[in-house]
Amino acid sequence: MAVSVKNSELIYKSLKNCGVKIVSALPETWLVHLIKFSEEDPDMQLVRLAKEEEGVGISSGAHFAGLKSAMLMQNHGFLASINGIVSLAQLYRIPLLMIISYRGEMGETDPWQTEGGLRTESTLKALDIPYDIIDSADSVEKKINKAAVLSESSERPVALLITRDLMVE
Amino acid sequence: MMKRIDALKRIYKQLDAKLIITNMGAVAAELYSLGHKKNFFYLEHSMGLASSVGLGLALSKPRIKIIVFDGDGSVLMNLGTFSTIARYNPKNLTHVIFDNESLLSVGGFPTATSTGTNLKDIAISSGIKNAYETNDIDEFESLFKQNTNLDNASVLVSKVEAKGPEKFTMDLGLIENKIDFKRHINSLKEN
Repeated sequence: MAVSVKNSELIYKSLKNCGVKIVSALPETWLVHLIKFSEEDPDMQLVRLAKEEEGVGISSGAHFAGLKSAMLMQNHGFLASINGIVSLAQLYRIPLLMIISYRGEMGETDPWQTEGGLRTESTLKALDIPYDIIDSADSVEKKINKAAVLSESSERPVALLITRDLMVE
Repeated sequence: MMKRIDALKRIYKQLDAKLIITNMGAVAAELYSLGHKKNFFYLEHSMGLASSVGLGLALSKPRIKIIVFDGDGSVLMNLGTFSTIARYNPKNLTHVIFDNESLLSVGGFPTATSTGTNLKDIAISSGIKNAYETNDIDEFESLFKQNTNLDNASVLVSKVEAKGPEKFTMDLGLIENKIDFKRHINSLKEN
């Protein structure tokens, strides 16, 4: 198993094209290249977190300053961030562009990812968070751009689930 | 020991050129009671994240001084914030924690700072280079001035009495506060 450098590049370029200047992240296997690109890019501020919910605060501060941001996290990180998403981002109408690695879906080999995978989409729906699934390279740029546009215009959290088919070679 | 409202009064006039983020409850209500200004943002929920908002703002606006007014109950919910702030160490960020050893706004239940947890020591051990603690109002005033002019991010733990305001109501909508605050930042000359 190898994480796709090519598709990670595609995602990163799409975020850059949307004007993202700050990325908050917690390491996750599928996100390694994205985090590396963010760190090596002098025009990107990477904020490595202790817990994903901090990223809601980081993105809020960036929004107040007029900067666009994105959050890179695993779906369990999303589940761990729910209070911040609801009682900061949704309460105060903060745009969040959440790029979430969709662990525990079809093809998952790690038993510990499966419960979170089972509940990711139902939780997004319960929270009224618009989301889309990216499972092929040809839709990456379009879907990231559309999600970024919606999060800014609605001033709300929007999620993109990036899948095994996209991230793993 | 000092009262939080008295500590806030001492530094109120120094807040004008800075951006202020408060956590919810007594800190927000007391700062508001001294007179709301457009550079004040009261985070009326999501306990623990005021300092994360402050960090995001400090990294986005490195030439503007950011002050976070926080409480022990909130900070205990997000101790990792010290590690994250220490890693990036924005010198324009001052994290003031009013430690009354109590979850005052919800009935005064004692927090772990009443049973031995020391937030200043945790901050230092997390990598914060400048962290101080005081229970004296004159020292608080001088430390506040000093902490806002350092080359590092700083933490100032202020031990205060577990006494809050008579009322917590504020005539300010949450989103109204956000929009005004954001608009104020966009209007600053430092942009």
